[in-house]
Amino acid sequence: MRIDLNEIQSWIKQNSRVLDLGCGDGTLLKFLIDNKQVQGYGLEIDAAQINLCIDKGLNVIEQNLDRGLGNFADKSFDTVIMTQALQTLHFPHLVLDEMLRVGKECIVTFPNFGHWKARFYLATRGRMPVSDLLPFEWYNTPNIHFCTFKDFEVLCRERNIKVISRQVVNEVSGQTLKDLMPNLFGETAIYHLSK
Amino acid sequence: MPNEIPADSVGLVTPQTHHFTQPLLLACGRTLDEYELVYETYGQLNAAKSNAVLICHALSGHHHAAGYHTLDDKRPGWWDAYIGPGKPIDTNKFFVVSLNNLGGCHGSTGPRSINPATGKPWGADFPMVRVRDWVASQARLADVLGIETWAAVIGGSLGGMQVMRWALDYPQRIRHAVVIASALKLSAQNIAFNEAARKAIVSDPNFFDGDYLAHNSIPKNGLAVARMIGHITYLSDFAMGEKFGRDLRRGSFELGNDEPVEFQIESYLRYQGDSFANTFDANSYIRITKALDYFDLAREYNDDPVNAFKQASAKFLVISFSTDWRFAPERSHEIVNALVGANRAVTYAEIESKHGHDAFLLPDERYQQVFGRYLAGVSV
Repeated sequence: MRIDLNEIQSWIKQNSRVLDLGCGDGTLLKFLIDNKQVQGYGLEIDAAQINLCIDKGLNVIEQNLDRGLGNFADKSFDTVIMTQALQTLHFPHLVLDEMLRVGKECIVTFPNFGHWKARFYLATRGRMPVSDLLPFEWYNTPNIHFCTFKDFEVLCRERNIKVISRQVVNEVSGQTLKDLMPNLFGETAIYHLSK
Repeated sequence: MPNEIPADSVGLVTPQTHHFTQPLLLACGRTLDEYELVYETYGQLNAAKSNAVLICHALSGHHHAAGYHTLDDKRPGWWDAYIGPGKPIDTNKFFVVSLNNLGGCHGSTGPRSINPATGKPWGADFPMVRVRDWVASQARLADVLGIETWAAVIGGSLGGMQVMRWALDYPQRIRHAVVIASALKLSAQNIAFNEAARKAIVSDPNFFDGDYLAHNSIPKNGLAVARMIGHITYLSDFAMGEKFGRDLRRGSFELGNDEPVEFQIESYLRYQGDSFANTFDANSYIRITKALDYFDLAREYNDDPVNAFKQASAKFLVISFSTDWRFAPERSHEIVNALVGANRAVTYAEIESKHGHDAFLLPDERYQQVFGRYLAGVSV
């Protein structure tokens, strides 16, 4: 599941300093460097993904996000980005706090567990949803902390995180419905946050 | 030993020597009026002289990093796994320069060399050399070879310290800095190991306050113990356990048997110590470990490594190994964090390995991938 890079790009300033948490193969970081001339660093723990970042000539740093961002100074980045990794963390709320400490702004994307297909799957079959978007069994999934859009916004309120804007992106279906009832029909959200 | 030279080897190599006559002022305040550096090169320098790579060696290293001197050599150079055609430091692409540092004992001017002022070996009077002195002499070697800018300067351990010093002292002459299993400065524990090793040497009755050559003797026992101490710290507990365990080389624990028992690890360490004592110079060992102890990249920058790295303009690749406790991954994290703080380009990989500090010398699939892919991206 890839987020439309343009959605994220529109929130990144030219020549800014960007930290991408769980940067994967570096596609987003490379895109931002090419299009916004950012000074970017990516954090990643997967050896194969790190290799792909190196191939692209990116600044990739092997670091486990669950060990925090204590090595980065307060407000040392303009934007800290985390795409599709929130749900894989042991302590997503703490990482979110850390992102907002290290970055002036943050961009977070995650899949919506409140999507109607997930609800329907659980309701009718009584089993944890498995789909082409979430192709794992409950016991082997890297996605250990799923949430819905609503859950996430409750967390933001509790931790005094300001939602600057929100985009709901659907790759599969429901292009119109997602704007009417995002928590039911939205597949992925891109949140732009600050504190 | 090689019946035939392997296809991915640089093949037979011949060391070269350059005699420098321009005096070199050392960090300790003394001057070497003239000196020699012995070096090897692998690959071809291109017309633009833009493909040169410098290898900086560690404590017990030297200029012979790759290939063979003769077909009778038992082993190739010390970093042959990483230097050669198609290897991470690809000699089809790069012109590789590897030298023996000043103060060493493998051909460059050092304590065993003749002091021109006295006509006798320098011995204990050879000046203390520091990492910055090595880097300054390496820069002069680059001048001799017509290399204005290194595509990359590469080193592990103490070699990595030289790489970082290069990036600060000659920022315009180094495009990429590859710092492997190294540190911004040694920890107290690290200095302690070095001092225990030095104490073993100077306590040897054959040391004669460093003037053993004049007494026709060599402090072999001291050197051997020094090497044994060092060697223990370069391996991991796991690797030692896996390789030797509690296996016996001699004797048994059978009741009623008082035959002396010898563990395999004892025999191995003794062999390592003895063979080192036969090839290494005690005064060199003392000087090189002192250079390690004294190195502190940020000392002149208010002890702020971020400030230090603001002098650098090279792009960095930093690599550490999970079980390395002599130059632990945390030391590499400090390097990486300072580079990020200074807004410098850096890539960092922490290689899972069971081999401790020695891992930087040994073949490892992921290490080779990270290293090779990074250098493949270096433009020449």
